[in-house]
Amino acid sequence: MDFNDTPQEAEYRAKVRAWIAEAAKEYEGLPEPKSQDEYVARQKSWQRKKYDADYAGLTWPKAFGGQGLGPMNAIIFSQEEARSAAPTGLYSIGLGMCIPTVFTHGSKAVIERFVPKALEGGEIWCQLFSEPIAGSDLAGIRTKAVRDGDDWIITGQKVWTTFAHLSDYGIIVTRTDPSAPKHKGLTMFIVDMHAPGVEARPLKQMSGGADFNEVFFDGVHVPDAWRIGAVGDGWKAGLTTLMNERLAVGGKPRNSPGWRTLMDLARGIDTEQGPAIERMDVRARIADTYINDEGVKLTQMRALSALSQGKTPGAEQSISKVVVAKTMQDMAAFALELSESAGFAAGEKDSELARLQGAYMWSAGLRIAGGTDEILRNIIAERVLGLPGDLRPDKDTPFNEIVPL
Amino acid sequence: MNFDFSDDARALSESARRMLTEHAGPDAARRIMDSDVAYDEALWRQVVDLGLTAARVPEAHGGVGLSPEESCVLAEEFGRSLAPVPFLSTLLATEALLLAGTEVQQAKYLPGIADGSTIACYAWGEGVNSPTAIPATRAESGRLTGTKSPVADALTASLAVVTAAGEDGPALWLVDLKNVSVAPAATLDLVRKHGTIALDGTPAEPLGTSADYQRFIDRAAVILAFEAIGTAGAAMEMAVGYAKDRVAFGQRIGRYQGVKHKCADMYIKLELARAHALYGAWAFAADADELRHAAAAARTASLDAVRFAAEENVQLHGGIGFTWESNCQFYYRRARQLSAALGSRAFWADRLVRALEQRNRAAA
Repeated sequence: MDFNDTPQEAEYRAKVRAWIAEAAKEYEGLPEPKSQDEYVARQKSWQRKKYDADYAGLTWPKAFGGQGLGPMNAIIFSQEEARSAAPTGLYSIGLGMCIPTVFTHGSKAVIERFVPKALEGGEIWCQLFSEPIAGSDLAGIRTKAVRDGDDWIITGQKVWTTFAHLSDYGIIVTRTDPSAPKHKGLTMFIVDMHAPGVEARPLKQMSGGADFNEVFFDGVHVPDAWRIGAVGDGWKAGLTTLMNERLAVGGKPRNSPGWRTLMDLARGIDTEQGPAIERMDVRARIADTYINDEGVKLTQMRALSALSQGKTPGAEQSISKVVVAKTMQDMAAFALELSESAGFAAGEKDSELARLQGAYMWSAGLRIAGGTDEILRNIIAERVLGLPGDLRPDKDTPFNEIVPL
Repeated sequence: MNFDFSDDARALSESARRMLTEHAGPDAARRIMDSDVAYDEALWRQVVDLGLTAARVPEAHGGVGLSPEESCVLAEEFGRSLAPVPFLSTLLATEALLLAGTEVQQAKYLPGIADGSTIACYAWGEGVNSPTAIPATRAESGRLTGTKSPVADALTASLAVVTAAGEDGPALWLVDLKNVSVAPAATLDLVRKHGTIALDGTPAEPLGTSADYQRFIDRAAVILAFEAIGTAGAAMEMAVGYAKDRVAFGQRIGRYQGVKHKCADMYIKLELARAHALYGAWAFAADADELRHAAAAARTASLDAVRFAAEENVQLHGGIGFTWESNCQFYYRRARQLSAALGSRAFWADRLVRALEQRNRAAA
């Protein structure tokens, strides 16, 4: 066993490290963007550089403008990118999830029109799936699309849409046949986010921030030529997107507090039972946090190792998010309680306590985003352990005749 | 990156699994539980014939000279099968000899272990005085005094590796059990038979230093983590199998989230433990500094996994799981044995944090 790059991986890493060092120099030491436009411009410039240097779409097929490389190349590139000052993030949804769906299920004309422009960073994309009425049970969406000559007219509401306010286009799943069973009456389209009738509003979260949007569609026209896949095949197209999402969501958010935070905090606190760091309950919590967070990291390394060896990663990766989110919540709650009133009083900006309070608030959302704890346990039980699925009494009923049990 | 067992280790574990699936498992465990014999002699012969006791012994001493990875994969298979043979006990003694034994000690004991003529045990427990810090058993002028109990496989073993307090803290000693009184010790585990070793000025050879002892329990923790992972995996499979089969309220019970989520949690705990144990196996094989915290995390996580799987396996079976006839009890009881075999979860969780603190200080 070893944790080293193979000679080929090392060679590739050295190559991209050298390129990134040079290309990302201009972003070093820059202050946070002062405006949305500045943020977008910075992100765009980095994506364009990658595109020009053939570092965009690393794992995409060459036919779609990609580089046709293996997953290890993409992983190495993003590891090196993360070590640099390069501004990344804005394209994660579009290039990570939307465009692979477009080139898997879209027509030739659609692919030619949208894929190259997206890859060079010229157009920004979002994913319009969840609705207030349908999150875990995504096939229950109600946003409708009605045929009107060569167009479809979309009316409804989407929610939790990352980057909707910055996006030029989105992929949207709509209900085109309410008389078909829920999974069968869905169709996916590309929608112009600047079209009349589209309104993206920031959605204020329980944590106070607004990292997502809700998007309203009021009679929005979409050409039939922008349909992704056949009418009624929207669920199939959506699964392609979600498969790509599962590859992306999972690990502990970078720089989020962990066992080290708790250890440092405990070192500075005296309690009635003595210094916090010497209390067995505190030490046990540090150990638990370490075991969960580092266990996920090591599990991911098992997957990386499999990829590096040209094998398919095992099912064990499916534990990542469900462990990370709850561990963050438990650790943060423990740390705040250990801090007594100071853990409750709003922490000073950029202080460790403020970070812990932020993590506590954010963890509540993390346990829901990208698959709730409950859905993820279902997936582990059903797909990994082979247990039977939940009963779905509405599965074969026409959508507009479903009567809740 | 290659964070996985070698193909050789996998091949060995597969052949061990084939043999143990055929000859061990809950039925064999029950036969031993219901009998007065201390272990399954016929199965032990097969273990020896398959070369498993020789796996880690260097060629110079009549063995095959395989790596720590092989110890780890074998530990998992024996844990999975509940095999009522003194394999893990002998393996721990082998590891102690490999780590800390002099050339003379290795030449004296390892050939017998390799050819199956020597069964060994590791004597750790001392009632409530588990020797996590300073064992009550003392070493003076090459003689040990104290009572080690309960010791797994002590009734069958001819050689014991004993933890006792020396001048520099706890350390390992080799004791020839031929002239030592060993009495049966009843424990919660009715399959793995234990004994009480009464030491009263008993002659003993020192086996390495007290630093070696600390390194030994790290290595032992990794091996026992794999054993626990094997046992946890078997309990999980039993629970999942039952959930797919049993019908209640017109459905197989595995459809209920109250049931399937428990199974998912078994899997989550098992895979967390496996990731840490694999890291421990790497650190063990590479003799890396990371072993101290890797081993502690592996041990802690594996005890969580096996306890949860064993308890919830009974729970998912309902009333039938609580009967004597059900095999659930084997895993439930074995989880206690695994916990007692090398210091409790609390000890290892604290050792983990201690190791992390040390690393933090070193990095600062």
